[in-house]
Amino acid sequence: MTNVTAAIAQEEQILFEQTKRKQRYRQFIKGVLFLLPSIVLFSVFLFYPLLRTIYLSFFLTDASGATTVFVGWDNFVTLFQSTIFQQSVKSTFLFVLYTVPLTIIVSLFLAVIANEKLKGIGFFRTIFSSTMGISVAAASVFWLYLFHPTIGFLNIIMEVFGLEKIGWLTDPSWALIAVSATTIWMNIGFTFLILLGGLQSIDKYLYESADVDGAGYFYKLRRITIPMLSPTLFFVVTVTIINAFQTFGQVDILTQGGPQNATNLIVYSIYREAFTNYQFGSASAQAIILFIIILFMTIIQFKLGERKVHYQ
Amino acid sequence: MSYIELKDITKSYHAGNNILEEIDLTIEKGEFFVLVGPSGSGKSTLLRMIAGLEEVTGGILKMDEKIVNHLQPKDRNLSMVFQNYALYPHLSVEQNILFGLKAKKISKTEQQKRLKETAEMMGLSDLLGRKPRQLSGGQRQRVALARSVVSEAPLCLMDEPLSNLDAKLRAQMRVEIRRLQKQLGLTLIYVTHDQVEAMTMGDRIMVLNDGKIQQVGKPITLYNEPANLFVASFIGSPKMNIGRAEIKEAPGLLVNNTLAFSADARLQEALEVHKDIVVGIRPEHIQPATHYEATHSLEVVNVEQLGNETSLALDVGGELWTAKWPGQWEIETGHLLEVYISQEHLSFFDAQTEKLIRPASFSGHGEVQAI
Ligand SMILES: Nc1ncnc2c1ncn2[C@@H]1O[C@H](COP(=O)(O)OP(=O)(O)O)[C@@H](O)[C@H]1O
Ligand SMILES: [Mg+2]
Repeated sequence: MTNVTAAIAQEEQILFEQTKRKQRYRQFIKGVLFLLPSIVLFSVFLFYPLLRTIYLSFFLTDASGATTVFVGWDNFVTLFQSTIFQQSVKSTFLFVLYTVPLTIIVSLFLAVIANEKLKGIGFFRTIFSSTMGISVAAASVFWLYLFHPTIGFLNIIMEVFGLEKIGWLTDPSWALIAVSATTIWMNIGFTFLILLGGLQSIDKYLYESADVDGAGYFYKLRRITIPMLSPTLFFVVTVTIINAFQTFGQVDILTQGGPQNATNLIVYSIYREAFTNYQFGSASAQAIILFIIILFMTIIQFKLGERKVHYQ
Repeated sequence: MSYIELKDITKSYHAGNNILEEIDLTIEKGEFFVLVGPSGSGKSTLLRMIAGLEEVTGGILKMDEKIVNHLQPKDRNLSMVFQNYALYPHLSVEQNILFGLKAKKISKTEQQKRLKETAEMMGLSDLLGRKPRQLSGGQRQRVALARSVVSEAPLCLMDEPLSNLDAKLRAQMRVEIRRLQKQLGLTLIYVTHDQVEAMTMGDRIMVLNDGKIQQVGKPITLYNEPANLFVASFIGSPKMNIGRAEIKEAPGLLVNNTLAFSADARLQEALEVHKDIVVGIRPEHIQPATHYEATHSLEVVNVEQLGNETSLALDVGGELWTAKWPGQWEIETGHLLEVYISQEHLSFFDAQTEKLIRPASFSGHGEVQAI
């Protein structure tokens, strides 16, 4: 009798296990199905190109991009010895340094003043965010005119103040600054809009409570606005840095990497290596290095961010 | 000595559309003053005007004999507790409590002294390092109160501070706030939509409806002698039963075509002046016919056993009235029930103006017991 019940119990146990396994399997299939679209898209447009780039970076290629000779790390070694590439990395970091902090500071300032409840503030919000709707090409051409050595607005102003004209895009010591200025101007629209959104999502009761408590404007800015905005700021900083590393359009239209490679930022350098010099192997190696740099910067940022960012 | 004085205060967000009208009010030092009214009646707006967070459209606002209409909130020497507590989510409890003191650049030693006292008083000593999101609703509430206490401002404003808490905690915090106010001698203006809170906490209550003052007075006065139908049905739970009265072959009156009462000479006189009359009676004044002889019999529609009392829904000429009997009563629905209703317990209102004609003559005098 007891044997029989034990056997039945065991059978039930097995059945139970089987059903559980079957259910888990079904859950897994369902999950994969949901992920499938992104897996396919990522594979086609991200993972495959990435792997292909890594693969290419170890080869020499012919003009059509077909691999010819396996050279191992040679592409990388050559790059690190090349003064042009070193210059390119240096320019890129300088460019990031020029553009990111200024973009953030200017946009934050604009966002803070545009967040005040004043008559007609909507007009200013539109103006401040308008550069978001302007394409890189249009903005670059616009600035190209401003930078024009003789009829450009900037040099006309210099003249008015009795200063010497500057070859904004032709002087190696000014070209990177000129491209940076263009970039900052272009990025402000997006950064401003995101920061303004962040500011508006801060509970207004916090400010009222601070008003009653006797906090002044800058005390509120320092103790409430900036900390409450820190997740948004963090997002904006990350995106701006990555964007700065990937800058291409402005350079292509304004300076083509010149003068004397002063504005030859890495992405532009990759483009030239691949599509002007047909060195797909070397271009791939540069791309991998850029990828690693951005990856590192982002990791460092997240490590720092963890400590300083207050998520709700 | 009146501490806060409002003279003909009005408020409008759009011209010609007054949210608050003709608010005349004085609040004494050390008083627990409750502003009560349904949602949208303008309570928060009024409180925020006193705080200086909202501009005063018209009228004069005085504090300590000085006109403060255009004073910044920080110069009014008051503290405020918001409905959602307005705690700074990125700051610890300690930093939250000290926020105002740091803003006012009060010395470090004084800050620490006040922090210690306040934290002890509010039972927050063990929670000082936590962030608001790591606190329960009740603890957050305490932090919000502590912020107010630590400022040592003589006037405290609270806007529905308990409405995010569950019923049990609310009852507990009611007592705590009340005790705190007495202990610190605060002048407290307390906004709520809950008439129970108003009745149980306030020294005086102001009932607001649609931006107009309905009545100002002691809780018991409001209960016994409501100035109009609105106050009558707003104060008290379950609400006062209201019925239409007709004068039938004198000396009598008929309520809802069902309940007949006799009318004495004084009442008759009053009734002659007013054409349409509405009577009101508190649920506890529809009494069981045990000590008294039954005056009326009414159909029982529903019975709710609350344990300590029994709530009855009675049909009175097509309208549902509530009766509240102390203790437990075995009553079946659908039957006729003998009840005792004394004419002394009826309040009379003018149906047109909705104003009180005569309060219940019995209540208010014999029933409040002083020890
Ligand atoms: N900023 C505002 N702009 C326009 N109308 C408002 C504003 N704030 C409140 N009101 C209106 O004022 C009235 C009273 O609001 P409020 O004082 O918040 O009522 P309560 O606190 O009694 O619920 C409501 O009708 C509300 O719609
Ligand atoms: Mg309100």
